[in-house]
Amino acid sequence: MEIGLVLLPLVAALVAALVPSARVRPLVVPIAGFLHTALLAGLVLGNVSSGRGFWLRLDPLATVILGTVSVLFLIGAFYAPGYLVLRPDRDNRVFCAGLLVFLAMTSLLTLAQHLGLLWVAMEATTLATAPLLYFNRTARSLEATWKYLMIGSVGIAIALLGSLFLAYSAYLGGGEPSLLFDDLLAGAGSFSRPWLRASFVLLLVGYGTKMGLAPLHTWKPDAYGEAPGLVGALLAGGMTNCAFLALLRVYRVVNAAGEGAFARELLVFMGLVSIGLAAVFVVRQRDIKRMLAYSSVEHVGILVLGIGLGGIGVFGALLHAINNGLTKGILFLSAGNIQRAYGSKSTDDISGAISRLPISGSLFLVGFFAITGSPPFGPFVSEFTIVNAAIGGGHPVAGTIFLVLLGIVFIGMGSTVLSAVQGRPGTASAGTPYRDDLARTAPILVAAALVLLLGLYIPAPLVSLLERASAGLEALP
Amino acid sequence: MTHPVDILLVLVILLNFLVLGTPALRVTIRAVAVQGAILAVLPLLVHRGFGWRVAAIAVATMALKGILIPGFLQKTMRDVHIKKEVEPYVGFVPSLFLCGVGTGLAILFAGNLPLAPEHVGTLLVPASLATLLSGFLVLTTRRKAISQVVGYLILENGIFIFGQLLIEAMPFLVEAGVLLDLFVGIFIMGIVINHIRQEFSSLDTDLLSELKD
Repeated sequence: MEIGLVLLPLVAALVAALVPSARVRPLVVPIAGFLHTALLAGLVLGNVSSGRGFWLRLDPLATVILGTVSVLFLIGAFYAPGYLVLRPDRDNRVFCAGLLVFLAMTSLLTLAQHLGLLWVAMEATTLATAPLLYFNRTARSLEATWKYLMIGSVGIAIALLGSLFLAYSAYLGGGEPSLLFDDLLAGAGSFSRPWLRASFVLLLVGYGTKMGLAPLHTWKPDAYGEAPGLVGALLAGGMTNCAFLALLRVYRVVNAAGEGAFARELLVFMGLVSIGLAAVFVVRQRDIKRMLAYSSVEHVGILVLGIGLGGIGVFGALLHAINNGLTKGILFLSAGNIQRAYGSKSTDDISGAISRLPISGSLFLVGFFAITGSPPFGPFVSEFTIVNAAIGGGHPVAGTIFLVLLGIVFIGMGSTVLSAVQGRPGTASAGTPYRDDLARTAPILVAAALVLLLGLYIPAPLVSLLERASAGLEALP
Repeated sequence: MTHPVDILLVLVILLNFLVLGTPALRVTIRAVAVQGAILAVLPLLVHRGFGWRVAAIAVATMALKGILIPGFLQKTMRDVHIKKEVEPYVGFVPSLFLCGVGTGLAILFAGNLPLAPEHVGTLLVPASLATLLSGFLVLTTRRKAISQVVGYLILENGIFIFGQLLIEAMPFLVEAGVLLDLFVGIFIMGIVINHIRQEFSSLDTDLLSELKD
């Protein structure tokens, strides 16, 4: 059954590639996005899930991450036609097909219960997004695409080596040679420890590169800065979560093998380094999209920090994956609108965004408050849970550093965001005809409503899903 | 050293040195092609049982790593009129030296890891790590985009050698997926290379340095 989640977007991609009209083609994307979300909801509500031994399975962890990606994609998909209308100069055939292949490959990645298949899907996701980054066909976007491809490919090659190390560790442990996670978890106790530790380090570096953990984040500001806002949203809210899931699947095996403490130490360290680096670079950042990229570095750091702290931190991290994904949707899409209105993404040119674009400008401000963890938005709840895990779980130093860094990021981002949205619009923006309209703001409003809802009230079924996912991650066989 | 696998692996390591020591792109692409062809033979020798799966992997590897990808790179090289790697970030002699150090470290490191009885005494692990490091060295020290792709290929070759330890545990579908991903990856890089040339009239990745903080 789960295979439908992969095949549906692939078929839609084929349809999009075959539709001759550039005006009709973008409509395939929201239709496919809607069907994907509906199918996923049907599978979750109907409790449909393959048993052990299958290569694809919708387990709780996959449900959390794929659910986030699917909803974020749906929001982006409804935004896409409104965006592409503004770009009649660009052929959108590759762009539309690429978006749908991205959805198919992220579905494959989240459902994969096989170490090798997981890797193949991660690589395919990277390749599918490369043409999306190069949509603008400028020298700068070319540079960003090249860096993204080379750094991403090397990272993924290292992840492959890590997967092979993990497999060899299992091979030395004896037992049936199998790379299914079910079999790996069952046999983890007898794995060869030196190979297992080396494999986790390599996989953390490899998938960490795709997540954009510091110091492996160097592609991120360039890629997010040059990509269309829509692509930035899907990368920052979708791709990073998928790489996070890949890391979690491996972490689960390492934890089951009894090396959890080693892994958690590394995760806490990488998490704090990422948040710290983001805090340094986000201050005085004048480019609003590069600022969002550093915010993404910060938040993938928060994700691995939560896992590394363990206990309720795991619950917090999974909740944060949802919150961060949706909030990045608000930020990148509204930043895209602002960039279009001003013809620039630097605060040298952008000022008074709220009076120039009342809806997009306000949403950008709302996104800023949400992502920096201000109540009453969703990220506040998840970040608060992670702080609690640190203080209550015997990591007071990590917790204090985390809080201080969050404060620095808030001030750093705040000065950039406020100088963009406040004041009077300069003369530069008068030249562009761009105006907010429903097609380009309604999807962002939906994302903002969801983020607000998650801050006020988390539905009981979602709590139970997150609890099952985090229990499965921590459980020892 | 009597084992035929080890003789092939020594050849692979020597080819790493050749790539790092020559400025001629044509030679580096040829060297990678030969390296790919050698890797295609490896599965047949590592596994005494000659199953259809091993044969299929050998054929696919020969086709992709030995013929298709190098051929594609050579075509790209002709299209963009680039013949030589000039002024790499690290000179040819220092990079040969680094490659020697890396190979030595790989042998030392591999000696410290536990191995299954059937793999003890072969060069598979050290050759894999040495090739991986050489690939990384090419990737990071060369200016031309094509050279960087060659580095990426060598890096992948190193991983492929390690995969030989595990051929039983890696189902065919995954292996096919890995090879396909590699090919598509190189293909997309080739397209980007063409765009870089059109945009900048050169393939120096130095020119790709406008984006920074």
